[in-house]
Amino acid sequence: MSELTAWERQLLVREKTRPTVNDYIPLIFDEFYELHGDRLYGDDAAIMGGIGRIDDQPVTILAEVKGRDLNENKKTNFAMPHPEGYRKALRLAKQAEKFHRPVVCFIDTPGAFCGIEAEERGQGEAIARNIMEFMRLKTPVISVVLGEGGSGGALALGVCDKLGMLENALYSVISPRGCASILWKDASREHEACDVLHITAEDMVKFGVAEGIIEEPNGSAEHDVYKTAENIKDFLVDSLKENLRKDIDILLEQRYTKFRKIGEFTE
Amino acid sequence: MSNIFNVVSKRFNSGSSEPENKNNVKNNIPDNLFFKCPRCRTVVPRYTYRDVNRVCPNCNYHGRLTAQQRIALTVDKGSFREIDGGMMSRDPIDFPDYTKKQQALRESTGLKDAIITGEARIRRIPVMIGVMDTRYMMASMGSVVGEKITRTIETATRKKMPVIMFTASGGARMQEGIVSLMQMAKTSGAVAKHNEAGQLYITVLTDPTTGGVTASFASLGDIIIAEPKVLVGFAGRRVIEGTIKQRLPDDFQLAEFLLDKGFVDMIVERKRMRSVLSHLMTLHGYKKIED
Ligand SMILES: [Zn+2]
Repeated sequence: MSELTAWERQLLVREKTRPTVNDYIPLIFDEFYELHGDRLYGDDAAIMGGIGRIDDQPVTILAEVKGRDLNENKKTNFAMPHPEGYRKALRLAKQAEKFHRPVVCFIDTPGAFCGIEAEERGQGEAIARNIMEFMRLKTPVISVVLGEGGSGGALALGVCDKLGMLENALYSVISPRGCASILWKDASREHEACDVLHITAEDMVKFGVAEGIIEEPNGSAEHDVYKTAENIKDFLVDSLKENLRKDIDILLEQRYTKFRKIGEFTE
Repeated sequence: MSNIFNVVSKRFNSGSSEPENKNNVKNNIPDNLFFKCPRCRTVVPRYTYRDVNRVCPNCNYHGRLTAQQRIALTVDKGSFREIDGGMMSRDPIDFPDYTKKQQALRESTGLKDAIITGEARIRRIPVMIGVMDTRYMMASMGSVVGEKITRTIETATRKKMPVIMFTASGGARMQEGIVSLMQMAKTSGAVAKHNEAGQLYITVLTDPTTGGVTASFASLGDIIIAEPKVLVGFAGRRVIEGTIKQRLPDDFQLAEFLLDKGFVDMIVERKRMRSVLSHLMTLHGYKKIED
């Protein structure tokens, strides 16, 4: 378990040296063929999709892509997807369903992109549709948060049978900066907002959002990307095995129930 | 009264800068006496605005209603049966002042949270209905909003009934942390099952529908209706302006913009809403009940 504070983790996952999905894919999967485009508008590099193999199991892979340098980030828009990114993910998820192939999602985004074109092309609709369709997708879905799980932009790849969090990864309804500027009218107090929001891997397990915490060697993924990849792979292989055994109706009912029971109220 | 009104409108038409206008609103116009249209900036006496069901007489902007007002305008008189009326949110992440804020809002609005749900009839057709109310924390979606919507839709699935959701929201409720984000999944899951059961789901987007509500059940209607000139979007206007460093056009994210871009089926005026809803339900085979 990470010994860092939420704020320290926030700084850590934003570091340029933090491994991204592009570092992990060759270490986790034996093959990977990237598939492009949403067939509606374009190809959003913020979300990468494709087919690969993990041990002997073919899987569809969907991933939010942080760049490793400014050039890559220009291409992937700092992992802030446009609607066509989410629609590509949905297209490939439906394809996975057709071929009875499980889906593996990697979440790593500050959030869905906020811009004119994203609004014009229905950012809200794209995320909503993904959430609804993934809820009923007739094949196992396993997701892992690698770094930042930014709000609806993360949830669009986060409706799954099992969610794993890298031990320093975060998942939040609003960016700590956004929270600080609403709460105290002072964005610079984001370090305090990190604590207030309860966004750590342990918090996610406590609220029933995540089922597993994936260890980062010596407290940080960048210390040993090979070992981190191995740990992620172990989580994926176990989770796939567990969920591929299930009858599809039971799988869907359990997925529904997982989200159905989250909420704290009195009557 | 009309004198005050003239003076005020002159002031607004004098072309002075925005911030000054804003101050004038605060300093000179008693908020409860006048309504200033957020779209065309026309100022009308509040009683006039009320008399026309809160529609701007100048530009047809359809203003905000309380949930009770909306229900009274929409469903058959005396037909509404509220469900889960006593449900109240806990404070899952001990968020600063959340409990206190809710207590104050419960007293000032009489609401327990930001949505009223129940069973009703529209022109004698039974329907499950949910109406969000922006007076309560900008109708943000936390545990209670999520749970009540989910139960409303689940009941409709069980009883083979249509669902009509009047949406309005600032988005997910930050004060409940990740729990609020998960309400997007929960409500969308319920919509999916209602959909699989072959039942009709209509969403009516009212002012304003944004954030996590736009990105979940609001955008998933079989038929999506919007009221004229209401604001609907995912990202907040100011957030986008901050990103692009320029002012957005006035019609950005209004209902008419969404219609143009293909994200709503139709724009329906308040006065025709009951009629349109009842006809759409009839076209989907839902029967009127004879008393
Ligand atoms: Zn107006």
